[in-house]
Amino acid sequence: MANRAASDRPPIVALIGNPNTGKSSLFNALCGGQARVGNYPGVTVEHKTGRMLVANSAFKSIELVDLPGTYSLSARSADEAVSVEVLCGEMPSVARPDAVIVILDATNLERNLYLLSQVLELQIPTLVALNMWDRLEKEGMRLDAEKLSDSLGVRVVCTSASKRIGIAELQSALLELLDRGPGADSQGILERSALASATFPEAFRNSVDELEAWFVSQGCPLQRFQIERLLIDDSQAHSHRVIPKRIASAVADRIGQTREHLASNGVSIPLFETRARYGWIKQRVAGVVERQAREQRVSTSDRIDRWLTHRWFGLLFFIGLMFFIFQSITGIASWPMDGIGFASQWLGQQVESMMGPGPLRSLLVDGIIAGVGAVLVFLPQIAILFFFIAVLEDCGYMSRAAFMMDKFMSALGMSGKSFLPLMSSFACAIPGIMATRTIENRRDRMVTLLIAPLMSCSARWPVYVLMVSAFVPKQAVLGGWVSVQGAVLFAMMCLGALVAIPVAWLLKRFVFPGEPSTFIMELSSYKWPSFRVVAMRVWERVLSFIARAGTLIFVTSVLVWAAAYFPGDHSLLDQTTAKLETEQASPNADPAKIQAWTSQVNQLKSDLIAKSFLGVAGQWIEPIVRPLGWDGKIGVAVLASFPAREVIVATLGTIYSLGGAQDETSDGLAENLRSATWPDGRPVYTLATACSIMVFFALCAQCVSTLVTIRRETNSWRWPIFSFVYMTTLAYLGAWIVYNLMSAWLVP
Amino acid sequence: MAVTTLNDLQAGQSGTILDVEGNDSLAARLLEMGLIPGELVEMIGQAPMGDPVEFSVVGYRLSLRRIEARRVRIERT
Repeated sequence: MANRAASDRPPIVALIGNPNTGKSSLFNALCGGQARVGNYPGVTVEHKTGRMLVANSAFKSIELVDLPGTYSLSARSADEAVSVEVLCGEMPSVARPDAVIVILDATNLERNLYLLSQVLELQIPTLVALNMWDRLEKEGMRLDAEKLSDSLGVRVVCTSASKRIGIAELQSALLELLDRGPGADSQGILERSALASATFPEAFRNSVDELEAWFVSQGCPLQRFQIERLLIDDSQAHSHRVIPKRIASAVADRIGQTREHLASNGVSIPLFETRARYGWIKQRVAGVVERQAREQRVSTSDRIDRWLTHRWFGLLFFIGLMFFIFQSITGIASWPMDGIGFASQWLGQQVESMMGPGPLRSLLVDGIIAGVGAVLVFLPQIAILFFFIAVLEDCGYMSRAAFMMDKFMSALGMSGKSFLPLMSSFACAIPGIMATRTIENRRDRMVTLLIAPLMSCSARWPVYVLMVSAFVPKQAVLGGWVSVQGAVLFAMMCLGALVAIPVAWLLKRFVFPGEPSTFIMELSSYKWPSFRVVAMRVWERVLSFIARAGTLIFVTSVLVWAAAYFPGDHSLLDQTTAKLETEQASPNADPAKIQAWTSQVNQLKSDLIAKSFLGVAGQWIEPIVRPLGWDGKIGVAVLASFPAREVIVATLGTIYSLGGAQDETSDGLAENLRSATWPDGRPVYTLATACSIMVFFALCAQCVSTLVTIRRETNSWRWPIFSFVYMTTLAYLGAWIVYNLMSAWLVP
Repeated sequence: MAVTTLNDLQAGQSGTILDVEGNDSLAARLLEMGLIPGELVEMIGQAPMGDPVEFSVVGYRLSLRRIEARRVRIERT
C-alpha cells in the first residue's frame, strides 16, 4: 500500500486465535518481547501491543495488536466484544487493523476454523498461521496445508511458535500481504459469495440488506458483520459505541422487529449461524485433513489427568501444591531479599558519609531510601509467586484447578471460572478483577469481583513477612519439614480466602439473586511450560511492581517523611549528629562520648517525631486503634497506607528511621519494631499485636488502585464504596478479635 | 444403539452427537465449542465432587457441568 508506506503510521496487524493455540508464544516470537501491556479505554480487557521490526521493506516496523483469546466473535463476554470492536475499527485508541493473523491449532482444525470464518466476514486482509504443526503427526493426523490454503482462499503458513519454526515465513507472508494492500489484489479477502454468511438463510440475508440501507439513511453506516452481530447476539453484550445516542432507541426497535420477523420465517436465532458456519467448515476441510479414525487412544495428558483430578489424590495434590508454593516462597526468596536489604542500607550509609546532617540528607536517607527500599525488598518474593502462577497457567494445571473447584465454587455463588481470577488475586487483585471479564454470567462475575480483594495479594506479603520475621519464632516442627514462620504465612494467605466464603454466600443470597451460570471450558493438554512465556509474564509483573515503587510508594514515602519531619526544629539534632559522626570517624574515639551522644540523638529524634504532624495525628488516632493493640505510630502508618497496603512497611521504615533506632547496632526495620516500647517500657509489638496487624491487612481494602479498578469495571462508585466499607469493617473486627483472643491466651 | 445424553456416559464410554437441545445462547456456545452433530464424544472423567465432567471431542478436552451435558443428545457407540 504505497500511500501508507509514505505516511508515518506503521501498519497495524491484529493477532487473534482460540485460547491455548500458542498465541502468546507467537506474539513473543514475532516482536521479540517488545510488548507493552495496557488497557482498552473504558473497559479493562488487557491490551498487548508489540512492535515488529522489519528490514528491507516499505515499512520500518509493524504494530502488532494481541487480541484476547476467544472461540468466536459472538460478543457474549467482554473479551469477545473487545475483539469485535478492534477488528471493526470501533475502538477509539486502535485504528482499524490493516491485516489480521488468525492462529489455528492444526490439531483441532474444525473448531478453530469457526473463528476464522467470522474474521473473514470483516473483509480485512487475512493470513492464517497454522500452529502446532509439529504435533500433527503425534496426534495421528495428516493435513495438506496447500490444499487448505486453496480451499479457504487465504494464505496459510505452517508454524510451531514454541520452537520458533515458520516465524520468518510468517513475517514475509505478512509483508507481502501488506505491500499488496486491499485495493491491489484480493489476496486475504474473500468474495462475499465465498463467505460462510452467504450460506445464511435468505430471509436473514435480506433483513441484513434492509438494515444496512436503513443505517445509511440514519447517517450511521455500519459494516454487515456489525449488523449481523446486533441481530444475532444478546444485545447487552455490545458496547454500542458506534451507534449514536439519538438513534439508539430506534435501533433497538428495529432490531426487535427484525428478530420477530425472522422468527416467524423460521430463522432460529442464534443457532442458525453456528449451523451455517459448521456447514461451511465441513466443505472447506473435506479432503484436507486425514485422520486415522479418532480412536479411543488415552493420551499421556489424560493419564496425568486421571491422577490430578482424582477424587482424593487430586484434591490432596492441589492443597499440597499450594502449601509447597508458599513454603518455597519464604525459603528461596530470603537470599536475594537479604541482598536488597543490604544494598539499601549500604546506599543510605554512603549518602550519610557524603552529606552533613540536615533536611536534605534526612529526606534521602530516612524518606526515600528507607521507604522505597523497605518495599523493594519484597521484589524477589513477588517474582517467585508470579513465577509459580505463570508456570501453573502455562502447563495447563490452572484450568484443572478450575475444573476441580467448580462444584465448590458454584455452591458459593460463583463458577470454576472464578477460580483463575481469584488465584491471580493472590498476586494482585487488579489483574484478578480484570480477569473476571471472562465470566459471562453477571452474578458470578460481580460476586467474584467483590471478593477478589480479599485474596491475599502480593502487597500484603511485605506486611506479613515483616511481622512474621520479627515476631514469629524461627522454628521447625514435624521433624524439620515445616517451619513455623512458613505455616503462619500460609495461614495468613488462607485467611482472606476463608472469610471470602461466607461473604460470597451472603452476596449471592442477598445482593445478586439470579439465574444459574454455565461452565463450558477447554481443558488444554498438559505441556512443559515455555520458558519464554513464563519469563515474559514474570518480567511484566516485576516491572509494574517496580513502577509502583518508583511512583506511588515514592510519593507516599516523601509525604510521610515530610509529615514526620516537620514542623519541629532539627538544628540541635543535626549538631549533635554531626558531633557524634565526627567522633565515630576519629581513630581514637571516646566510647563514653559516643554513648552519651547516641542516647541524646535518639531522645531528640523521638521527641521531634512526637511533635511532628504525624505524631499529632497519631495521638488523635490512638484511642480508635488502641483496642486492636496498636499504638499511634501503627495507626498513622495504617492511615498512610490507604493508597497501597505495602506502603505501611515504607511508612514504618520512615517513622522508625526518623524516630531513631533504639540500638545503634540494629540492622533493619524488624529489629526496630522489636525494640519499640510503650512509654512505660512494655514492648509495643507482641505476637498478638503483630497478628492483629496482619489480620487487619488481610481483610482491609487499603488499595486505591483496586477501588478504582472496581469502579471502572462496574461503572459505578457504589461498588468500590461498598467494598471499602465492608472490608474495613471486617478488618477492624477481625483484628480486634484476634488481638483479644491472643492476648488472653498468650499471657503467661 | 441407544439414544441418550452426554450426562449418562460413564468414564471411557463414548457416543456420536445427534443434536443440541434448545435454541438459546447456551446451545450456540455448545456448538461453537465443537459439539457438532456427527462428532464422536468420549467421557474422560469427572471432577472430585462428581461435577463437572471432562469429555474428549473434536480432538480436545472439554469440561461441562452435568446440567449442560444433559442438553447434548447422543447415540451410544
